[in-house]
Amino acid sequence: MNYNVDDKGYYGEFGGAFIPEMLYPNVENLRQQYLKIMAEPSFKEEFDQLLKDYVGRPSPLYFAKRLSQEYNTKIYLKREDLNHTGAHKVNNTIGQILMAKRLGKSRIIAETGAGQHGVATATVCALMGMECIVYMGEIDIARQAPNVARMKMLGAEVRPALSGSKTLKDATNEAIRDWINNPVDTHYIIGSAIGPHPYPDMVTRFQSVISEEIKWQLKEKEGKENPDYVIACVGGGSNAAGTYYHFLHEEEVGIIAVEAAGKGVDSGESAATSVLGKMGIIHGCKTLLMQTADGQITEPYSISAGLDYPGVGPMHAHLYKTGRAEFIPVTDDQAMQAGMVLSKLEGIIPAIESSHAFAVLDTKKFKPEDVVVINLSGRGDKDLNTYIEYFKL
Amino acid sequence: MNRIHQKLQENKKLLSIYFTAGYPSLNDTAKTIKELEENGVDMIEIGLPFSDPLADGPTIQASSTQALKNGMTTELLFQQLGDIRELVSIPLIIMGYFNPILQFGVEKFCQKCQEVGVDGLILPDLPLDVYQDQYEPILKKYGLVNIFLITPQTSDERILQIDAASDGFIYMVSSASVTGSQEGFGNQQENYFKRIANMNLKNPQIVGFGISNAETFQQATKTAKGAIIGSAFIKHLSKNGTDTIGDFVKGILKN
Repeated sequence: MNYNVDDKGYYGEFGGAFIPEMLYPNVENLRQQYLKIMAEPSFKEEFDQLLKDYVGRPSPLYFAKRLSQEYNTKIYLKREDLNHTGAHKVNNTIGQILMAKRLGKSRIIAETGAGQHGVATATVCALMGMECIVYMGEIDIARQAPNVARMKMLGAEVRPALSGSKTLKDATNEAIRDWINNPVDTHYIIGSAIGPHPYPDMVTRFQSVISEEIKWQLKEKEGKENPDYVIACVGGGSNAAGTYYHFLHEEEVGIIAVEAAGKGVDSGESAATSVLGKMGIIHGCKTLLMQTADGQITEPYSISAGLDYPGVGPMHAHLYKTGRAEFIPVTDDQAMQAGMVLSKLEGIIPAIESSHAFAVLDTKKFKPEDVVVINLSGRGDKDLNTYIEYFKL
Repeated sequence: MNRIHQKLQENKKLLSIYFTAGYPSLNDTAKTIKELEENGVDMIEIGLPFSDPLADGPTIQASSTQALKNGMTTELLFQQLGDIRELVSIPLIIMGYFNPILQFGVEKFCQKCQEVGVDGLILPDLPLDVYQDQYEPILKKYGLVNIFLITPQTSDERILQIDAASDGFIYMVSSASVTGSQEGFGNQQENYFKRIANMNLKNPQIVGFGISNAETFQQATKTAKGAIIGSAFIKHLSKNGTDTIGDFVKGILKN
């Protein structure tokens, strides 16, 4: 079984490029160029150097001793929360801004939900001196004021998405419309492993540095490259794609994908796309999608603004369909409790997205000798208000 | 030969009008179509509303959102079109995004189109290669013409591919934009119109995006076979409802 993208841009039956003709020249050019550009020695050199000196990679693989004792198994944390800007998102934006420069583009657009990808994009645009426009749902702008301010300080223009439900999916629609209106000078930096081919594969490759490092770091610590399990939360799925990438074809590695169940999978307020979604097309990609019987896309819910996307990356849809990955739904309450446990036992306050991954420790039993790697995709600073309200701190 | 082919043979410039089904009121569909034909419109694009219309500007987005709020569904559209061929004889084309059609079932959708007398489809997010690999035989089986888009950025090579795959007309998007975002045409468009005219394609071209009045209709049809008006008509409907559709059409065709 192949879990990577095929020549036509599909993961099994998922993926492809369902785009209006207006986007075809840009997406097709990217499709023809991205692997060539990524293989250029000068590209690799610049990418690696920025990851090292600017982002602060490699991120540590940390043995969480007290957490391991608590759950009677061996738990390692991949510390993406320690990256510059506080999450894994910057791995991809560094890669894509270098790609944009080589494609001769001078103007960058991006979508953002909670603001993490928007901040990571604004950051690399400041670094490269490029114009940056970030689309953000009007409702999210109100909910995520500190990240809006950060983007502004970094020189980006934040444009509100006023259509539809005024959240992430609508911000993505607006970014795509901007690209239709500005086909010549603009590159669209998509923040997750979604969108038309080649985006899911390109984003996955930029994020794959996560599993590349896990391999040699684990070899140093455990004498073997492969853990028994890798665990990551999945919204669109970029941190998960990067965490799984080098283990996809290592059959002894169990892959666990954690979805946001919101107030419960069957509560009507959930973002558990693998359970609630049906095959459909969103943002140029065929994947599992939350929708009405009539094919209208519905609005998901999660306490975590980074996980409430109505679709899921096509690679993950394929991993679900083939059974390669085990998908586990985690509710708001379970995630918040897990975030508190990690804070108390290890002195690390996780992003609520990442807290979902840790909640699996409460629902799934691991053996004492199992080596379990959890991707700690982001830090919790941005979520303090939510933690304060939830726990009445 | 279906109604689209017959219409394209007429020795005149064609006016095509787009409207969103279920807008402004849920059951306006048949009335709107009838009024458009009676007032001299040559062809109609019936918009199947979608929650996330990527290629549309604010006007058509808002009409889609309202239509869905009104309760519009794919099933209901076919009910509304049930007796339409007793009322009108001009070509009818459904324009919609692919996901609602995929959920309805592509073959069932095409079969329903044939039953009610729809002649063609415009599916902006169904790309040429996927159409050819998977769906062309189904559309053909039910006598439906599939209409492809080209834009000023489309390469000559790709235009020739699209021309070869088309059997009807080519929807020529006037400029790099979503619907309803520009007014009037400048030199750039004129050059693009001329470039396409000089390619001597086998399919006639009908221009869409940016046509809103008699002047832009004249400009667009100097070289092209016809032009499509969408957002400007939706704006008219949102202000005046369906009672003065004739005034709008007369305003376009006054010359």
